Amino acid sequence: MSGRWLAGKVAAALLTLLFVILFNFFLFRVMGDPTTQLARLPRSTPEEIEKLQASYGLDKPLIGQFTDYAGDTARFDLGTSQRSRRPVWDEIVDALPWTLILVGTGTLIATLLGSWMGVIAATRRGQKTDDGLLGFSLFTYASPEYWIGIILILLFAVWIPILPSGLQVTPGVEFSSVFAEVLDVAEHLILPATAMTLMLLGQYFLIMRSSMVDVLTEDFITVKRATGQRWDRVVRKHAVPNALLPLVTLSAIQFGSVVGGAITIETVFSWPGLGELTFTAINDKDFPVLQGTFLIFSFGVILANLLADILYFYLDPRVKAT
Amino acid sequence: MTWSGAFSLLVGSWRGRFGLAIIGLAVFVSIFGTLLAPYDPEASSLQVLQPPSFDHIMGTTESGADVFSQILVGTRVSVLVGFAAAFISAVLGSTVGLASGYYGGWTDRFLDALENWFLVIPTLPLMIVLARLLDPSLTVLIAVIGLTSWAGTGRIVRAQVLTLRERAFVERARALGAGDTYIIRRHILPNTLPLIFANTVLIIAVAILSEAALSFLGLGDPTRISWGTMLENAFNSGAPSAGAWWYVIPPGLAITLLVLAVSLIGFLFEEFINPRLQKDSGEPAAADELAIPLVQKES
Repeated sequence: MSGRWLAGKVAAALLTLLFVILFNFFLFRVMGDPTTQLARLPRSTPEEIEKLQASYGLDKPLIGQFTDYAGDTARFDLGTSQRSRRPVWDEIVDALPWTLILVGTGTLIATLLGSWMGVIAATRRGQKTDDGLLGFSLFTYASPEYWIGIILILLFAVWIPILPSGLQVTPGVEFSSVFAEVLDVAEHLILPATAMTLMLLGQYFLIMRSSMVDVLTEDFITVKRATGQRWDRVVRKHAVPNALLPLVTLSAIQFGSVVGGAITIETVFSWPGLGELTFTAINDKDFPVLQGTFLIFSFGVILANLLADILYFYLDPRVKAT
Repeated sequence: MTWSGAFSLLVGSWRGRFGLAIIGLAVFVSIFGTLLAPYDPEASSLQVLQPPSFDHIMGTTESGADVFSQILVGTRVSVLVGFAAAFISAVLGSTVGLASGYYGGWTDRFLDALENWFLVIPTLPLMIVLARLLDPSLTVLIAVIGLTSWAGTGRIVRAQVLTLRERAFVERARALGAGDTYIIRRHILPNTLPLIFANTVLIIAVAILSEAALSFLGLGDPTRISWGTMLENAFNSGAPSAGAWWYVIPPGLAITLLVLAVSLIGFLFEEFINPRLQKDSGEPAAADELAIPLVQKES
């Protein structure tokens, strides 16, 4: 039974991915024929344009073009960047680790801090602390994350100049050891990761808080209290583990906004990840790169959703029973 | 939901009053902003990046324009894009949700798959790709944001229609010979409208944030000033490293306040419709239980 369920989820994820590839293909091949970009040179003759189209395989029928495209994509051939003339896949491979570092750090801290704040607020429901945390999280929910990033630069790189305002590593420095280099990167990571954390914090906090509020009103908590256990032990041992489940689903849903945040926050901090790659591609109208980053972002989100489904399946016995 | 019910809901809590006040102010400024602005928002001068003074209460930009005038004039784009995109999203979402919930079968399967796709795909990259392909303008921004944010509404409407379809009053109407169009118009739609409304209010917030993000990334309407393009210009001109807080803080704060106001109103309506979200005492919940938005932030 569980095998069939898993296979269904994987099939659905693959289908979504196929739709992304199909969408990418149509959007760029049909709406924006790449030769119209390249043929803008004033003296290109019709023969030259035809030659160009043939070199892109655009003279073939549409179905043929799509199977070519899907095949290339499966072989990680995502075309060539119009700006750098490098394969798009290479650009993505270079940028991906930086995005993973930023997104990973931000998500990790936001999950821990957010759920901790949620527990604090739920156990002090209606008190000043609770109101303060709610107000804070509503504010971070409503404010643009790149604006928060710019304010962080203003605060900690300009007024109190203790942290670098951009890039991932101090340029032009020979590091004496790997450790020194890691330390330097960590220093550059602080501000963008803080911006990412602040962006995600509110939602984790709100989910954890309402989940805790629900759990704390359940009978088994009352029973535990009646056995004479200390309150903070009841919260830690019994309430928190039961309230954690919704966070798993949230992490997956959040992944979409994480991607959005990666684009704007990396832009603000010149962090050389996929987001900054997307930003430079927007300015250069570099469609192959835009296509590539869109594909990778979508793939990431689809994968995250699938993993969350699987995790949920193992964590929640009620899903298994159905 | 009656008009008087909606009114007392909005005026009866600080959240409603705060939300209404900010939205009212934003709408007023978006209509009369050009008249209220003390300076031509695009006029450059030699007073470049000046801190706030008596002449320029929010200082000046990198080209010597008045920040306060730009804030006033820029309100229009946020309000316009927010409302128009949310409207498109509401129409699309409720049409798809109604059709897929009411007709079921293959229509449902197809539309449900489409909805799923739009729910899973990260929205900002999708909007970027679409906005870059079409040349940036206000219409393109509205269309792109509207087209990419309807799926959540569709999902909610579909669920509601599925339960309504089986209700006795709908079956009675059908037994008496009512056609599909009549049933949808007279029974299904009126009972779904409050839900669509609450959800659309929350989409306005998302649309405002999306416009700002796209404009910040250079995909805004180049002929119009908006809070997002202000942040773009401030950032690109190096205002943050010059310490020009007066140029950086106002546009972001304006976005935050408007989004906050719209979200609070949206949460209020959601609570009103879904009493489960209210506190046990019957009092409307504090900003809380419910503040878990049904829509995601520019995902």
